[in-house]
Amino acid sequence: MSTPNTHATPPRAAAPPAPPRSVGQGRSVRPRPWTKRRVFNTVTPWLFLLLPLGLLALLTYLPAANLVYYSFTDWDGIDKTKEIIGPGNYARMFTDPEMYRVLLVSLYYLVGALVQMAIALYFATILSFKMRLQNFFKGMIFFPYLLNGVAVGYVFLYLFREGGTLDVTLAFLGLEDLTQQWLGDPKLVNVSLAATSVWRYTGMNFVLFLGAIQSIPSELYEAAELDGANRWHQFWHIILPGIRRVFALSCILAISGALAVFEIPFVMTGGGNGSKSFVIQTVSMAFMHRKVGLAAAMALVLLVIVLLVTWIQRKVLPDERVDLA
Amino acid sequence: MIKRLSATTAKYVSLILAAIVCVGPLVVVLFASLKSKQEYARSGPLDPPQDWLNFENFITAFTRGAMLRGFANTAVILALSLTGAIFVGTLAAYALDRFAFRGRGIVYGLFLTASLIPSVLMQVATFQIIHSLGLFNTRGAAILLFMGTDVVAIYIFLQFMASIPVSLDEAAMIDGANRWTVYWRIILPLLKPAIATAVIIKGIAIYNEFYIPFLYMPSKDLGVISTSLYRFKGPYGAQWEVISAGTILVILPTVILFLFLQRYIYRGLVAGAVK
Repeated sequence: MSTPNTHATPPRAAAPPAPPRSVGQGRSVRPRPWTKRRVFNTVTPWLFLLLPLGLLALLTYLPAANLVYYSFTDWDGIDKTKEIIGPGNYARMFTDPEMYRVLLVSLYYLVGALVQMAIALYFATILSFKMRLQNFFKGMIFFPYLLNGVAVGYVFLYLFREGGTLDVTLAFLGLEDLTQQWLGDPKLVNVSLAATSVWRYTGMNFVLFLGAIQSIPSELYEAAELDGANRWHQFWHIILPGIRRVFALSCILAISGALAVFEIPFVMTGGGNGSKSFVIQTVSMAFMHRKVGLAAAMALVLLVIVLLVTWIQRKVLPDERVDLA
Repeated sequence: MIKRLSATTAKYVSLILAAIVCVGPLVVVLFASLKSKQEYARSGPLDPPQDWLNFENFITAFTRGAMLRGFANTAVILALSLTGAIFVGTLAAYALDRFAFRGRGIVYGLFLTASLIPSVLMQVATFQIIHSLGLFNTRGAAILLFMGTDVVAIYIFLQFMASIPVSLDEAAMIDGANRWTVYWRIILPLLKPAIATAVIIKGIAIYNEFYIPFLYMPSKDLGVISTSLYRFKGPYGAQWEVISAGTILVILPTVILFLFLQRYIYRGLVAGAVK
């Protein structure tokens, strides 16, 4: 599979196929004559792609190109004219300590994502072996992932509020000393929000891991058992190598997810109390402070980072086809 | 033997704990949603409601909290954007799977790259496009954006299409069918299982989407379930029993869907993530 870079220019949707040229690889091919039939055959796939590529261009690549353009202007989102100010937005971005602060918020979610992967791997491993109520537990661990983000936000606002579920549960366990201002304390707010994120997304990692583990041929375990390997050996030498690719994929999702964290802090705290994430900062720049130029620069920088991380993953771990279904 | 037994116990204890952590926070919200205002003030969050059939808060959420309109808007948007998305996705998959043409790799790469971009960030620039199309503050904004290109659906279709023998296409074309007829009469009907998977996965994503309707449809009349629920915060700020009812209303359809369609959901999500 080809590894794409950022394509900032929109593809020409219905572009007529390139004129016949002799194509590389040292073969010099005399172009075949353009018969009516051949023209038809070359054009047909593009007719089918007309609508999909048109939408892709309109909704992804045209905005992406605009993003680059806006980032060099001082546009406020309303003015008819956009003044080009060069790299000023980028300079401002990299010298503003606030930017680094909101970027650092991602670290909480990154740590959360690691915890989440560990939990998911543990449950995927034990649930990959036949056991009672296997499907019940699988469903339980997975289904929070399907829930609406605003609803999850409210569920956890209710959990973390003063005298809420968490405080009462702690008191019930005789641990009332641990009661905190879970969302009110700036030192703690990001931990609480990251924990919410772990609750929400563990199910996804879990199902991915479980699928990968179950696709490992069972003869491997049998052979290992004959050789006297215990469960730990099996985990270390069969399961871990068997899910290498899905594990790497989860790491990438964890990094890009942590960088792009938005919904949970936006719904739960509105970014208050030091819980503002980079994406919250970007959209509030664009839509509240009307600094579209600056917001575009911010969006672009994060976009490049996310694409870079993915690109590195694809270089490091070339595509092996693994059947996970 | 004893060691083995305690390991099994530990395993089950951890699983039960996990189940409690996953369901507990939702159960207490359900409790709160069934309590009257006075009862809510009197009781703690872990106390079950006195009357399990007290639906007063749900009625408030439905009527005054505009959840009914939210569900209606969500349903309209779901129906139209899913139809569009399936059409667009199968067209793209058909072209990519059944034709060998120059630029095929690039096209695939373009779809794939698009899927890596965090959607919220793109709105900084997409906003201007939606605005200039005159779709701002209409359902059209959400429908168009959801209909747009979704590599997950394309990927599910591609995977499934590879299992439909090309000889079927060829046989039809010998009988005089053109490419469009092959797509419309043969491929599309055979893709039904893949379409079902894609509809479920994309349907859940659209149902849960918050930021796109929030940004593009600020009008109260255009609230979808996410934004209607989000707007509970102001007027019902302190009335947790009403907010809880709204939350349960939003969660319930997902839970029911999950109970009935588990298999499709697992399969679809795994296919989508490993694209």
